[in-house]
Amino acid sequence: MKRGRNSLALSLCIGAFAAAAIAVCSWPSRAQTTSNVMFFKNATILTVTKGTIEHGSILVRDGKIAAVGANVQAPSDATVVDATGKFIMPGIIDCHSHIAIEGGVNEGSVSVSSMANILDVLNPEDIDIYRDLAGGVTSANILHGSANAIGGQTVVIKLRWGQPADKLVFEGALPGIKFALGENPKRSNSTILPGQVRRYPATRMGVEDVIRQAFTDAVAYKKQWDDYNRRKSAGEANLIPPRRDLTLDPLVEVLEGKRYVHSHCYVADEILMLIRVANEFGFKVRTFQHVLEGYKVAKEIAEHGAGASTFSDWWSYKMEAFDAIPYNAAIMTQKGVIVSINSDDAEEAQHLNQEAAKSMRYGGMSHDDAMKMVTINPAIQLGIEKRVGSIEVGKDADLAIYNHDPLSVFAVVQKTVIDGRIYFDRDKDIAGRPALAKEKQALLDKERQAGGGGAGRGGRSGGRGPGSEIQDREE
Amino acid sequence: MKKILKTLSFSMIAIAVAAAFSLVPAAQGQQSYAITGAKVYPVSGPPIDGATVVIRGGKITAVGKGAAIPSGAKVIDAKGLEVYPGMFNAVTEIGMNEVGAVEATVDTAELGEYNPQLVAATAVNPASAHIPVTRAEGITHVISAPGLGGRGGGGSVITGQASLFNLAGWTMDEMQVKRSAAMVVNWPVLPGGGGGGRGGGGGRGAAAGGAPSRADYDRRIAELTEWFERARHYASAMQANKNSVERDLKLEALVPVVKGDLPLFVVANQANQISEAVAYCDKQKLKMILATGTAAGEVKDLLKEKNVPVILRPTLTLLRGEDEPYDANLTLPGQLSAMGIKVAFGSYGNEFARRLSQQAGVAVAFGMSHDDALKALTINPAEMFGVGKELGTIETGKIANLIVTNGDPMELSTEVRYLFINGQLTSTDNKHKQLYEEYRKRP
Repeated sequence: MKRGRNSLALSLCIGAFAAAAIAVCSWPSRAQTTSNVMFFKNATILTVTKGTIEHGSILVRDGKIAAVGANVQAPSDATVVDATGKFIMPGIIDCHSHIAIEGGVNEGSVSVSSMANILDVLNPEDIDIYRDLAGGVTSANILHGSANAIGGQTVVIKLRWGQPADKLVFEGALPGIKFALGENPKRSNSTILPGQVRRYPATRMGVEDVIRQAFTDAVAYKKQWDDYNRRKSAGEANLIPPRRDLTLDPLVEVLEGKRYVHSHCYVADEILMLIRVANEFGFKVRTFQHVLEGYKVAKEIAEHGAGASTFSDWWSYKMEAFDAIPYNAAIMTQKGVIVSINSDDAEEAQHLNQEAAKSMRYGGMSHDDAMKMVTINPAIQLGIEKRVGSIEVGKDADLAIYNHDPLSVFAVVQKTVIDGRIYFDRDKDIAGRPALAKEKQALLDKERQAGGGGAGRGGRSGGRGPGSEIQDREE
Repeated sequence: MKKILKTLSFSMIAIAVAAAFSLVPAAQGQQSYAITGAKVYPVSGPPIDGATVVIRGGKITAVGKGAAIPSGAKVIDAKGLEVYPGMFNAVTEIGMNEVGAVEATVDTAELGEYNPQLVAATAVNPASAHIPVTRAEGITHVISAPGLGGRGGGGSVITGQASLFNLAGWTMDEMQVKRSAAMVVNWPVLPGGGGGGRGGGGGRGAAAGGAPSRADYDRRIAELTEWFERARHYASAMQANKNSVERDLKLEALVPVVKGDLPLFVVANQANQISEAVAYCDKQKLKMILATGTAAGEVKDLLKEKNVPVILRPTLTLLRGEDEPYDANLTLPGQLSAMGIKVAFGSYGNEFARRLSQQAGVAVAFGMSHDDALKALTINPAEMFGVGKELGTIETGKIANLIVTNGDPMELSTEVRYLFINGQLTSTDNKHKQLYEEYRKRP
């Protein structure tokens, strides 16, 4: 995990040739090698969908949960993990993340950037994958930024740290597309350089127009293809297929229900706007993201059948966040919306359990409902609830093991498990630190001997200061 | 888990009770109170079960089992509840920064490099929505500091004076505890510090857009020194003959700093900056408070040796270096406090001002002692800003800023049931609760 990004082969691979090429770059997995039978023994198991089991155990076979309960016995071939006194919950699912993206998250030059695909730039070496694992996160929805009314294509991943990019992808999860409404696609808070022409749209009216125009184009494009396919299957000869349009293809998939719409939004009116546009063109908004004023129009969101993925208590960093309230999740839940708490930020993702817990105080949410907001609810929102989101027989063995109730501020992740494999182990992390420090020093010495002697690296995408932090961090 | 569930039933009552009080407290000293039957965490000593806290004239007048209740005092039966000193957020921009992205509402960063004469209190809006929102979390007083990185002037070295004030009152005059609580300095950046990175933000002073250079650094330090030396001359000239000296507002503002009365609040995010700043303040005999992040860990022996108190950057922030241990921000408070270094928490911006106790709770989860964490939320910052005798513990004679909770204030589900500022029962109602009440009733 502490390696620098200095492998030339790898950078070329990721930079240029996208997922297909990445597949050939591989290195040994750093996940612990264990037998295919695992047994997590004697813990408080928060199944989320089937209640809490005291002194329970979980049997895992070939990455799937084979048995859960107080009376499950360890088979002789199992690797036993003693979890006495610990709490096991389903791995946390983050419905809005920007980790594991090589380079920028925004293709900001155009207002419709649906041709851009996060899948093409997945970076399995991003340290934030490991850090979020350390926060109990096992799956995440990796989104394009919010600079465009219609943004890029999104992908659901599992945080299989150490695996190549194509192994991060959550097999079978429907892909998505990012939409964004409000100040970000309007570029209200961006610096316009002298002489720079502002990009359309600059108002919420324009944002609606961009989306309606794009779907108008997509409908016409779809008709061309439908006509072509119909005539072709009728046996007509010498047909010329319509010209492929990589911007409209994903929108056609949205119209056909083959791609989820995850829309960044803040204020109530724009939420209603997108519902209206979706109804006009006959598609569904799968989730409203951030949706800080969702509490004002929870009824309409519920009627549309959309989920809502929000922040716990962020507010006031921009005008459209000034009516944000920490009771948002609780109100939307009360009104029948499936609600999740997301991170939007690699650090926030490290304590989503705590962020979910806040709804118990703000709005009186039950412990069970709070747990759901970072497990089964985001799984439902991403259409992966048959695989993950609860501890049930047959589901993937994606687990987070804490030393206390995960909804307590005092709880610390001890181990994170994906597909039955331990990908994060706090004890091993701590034990490995001296060796890593030594390795770093040796590398620095070598660089110095080689006459490099430059300033140490280590700075991240530089110069973010307090105050500006929040604007940068929210995408 | 049980405890968490138990707390829920109180929530509705708390809201109802809170709504009955006015948003702004009555003038100091009008009403006496006795909080009875609670478990009191004085912070200055071990918790006392079933104790009474008496408040009169804005001050704590008695603490302990069986303390006499004065006639006319309002009695608050706090059986089953806990009493703590009000929490102190040691760095915010509350009142100076309403909506981060809307420039007209942000008054944090002035133009110019050396502005010691500026005072945060002047720009604090007592009607800010942030005040009641932050207060509802049990934070009774805060520091607001200028020049931490808002809009406007970005290259300031001396950004102005930080102000300490209570989160209740009609005007700043009523609210302020210490109008001038520290002089803020963004320590110039040195080359070779590993980049500003996220969580950086001190270190303005590098040439705009370029890498910091030693020459730039030396120039700025020389300028800083000149300011302090001029202030010393000014002070002695004023002392010798007040009428012979032309008044200089900048030097006047620096006099308390060079006299060692007003602490220098040094923002520095790199270990090499901190080392230089500590040596500098030592040589110049300036009282220093360090505002920093994980760099403190790299120079902790020096900080211990020179007895430099530390206000940590928000610990729930992404780490600067890719190769720092994943929990470096979280273990830091415990590491420093275990060595006896005085630690406090701050929010810097306002968006997460209410996460103060969460920062402390996470620090405990990662090794800080619970006692040290409580001190970091209360008495430590009070001592740093020179009000350790007035605030920060529940002791006779102190300003009655305290909170009555249904549990550990660091725990996420804990609610503040009663809040006292300047000895007055103060509302925990705010914009967020009002919007909640309004919209949950929408048919």
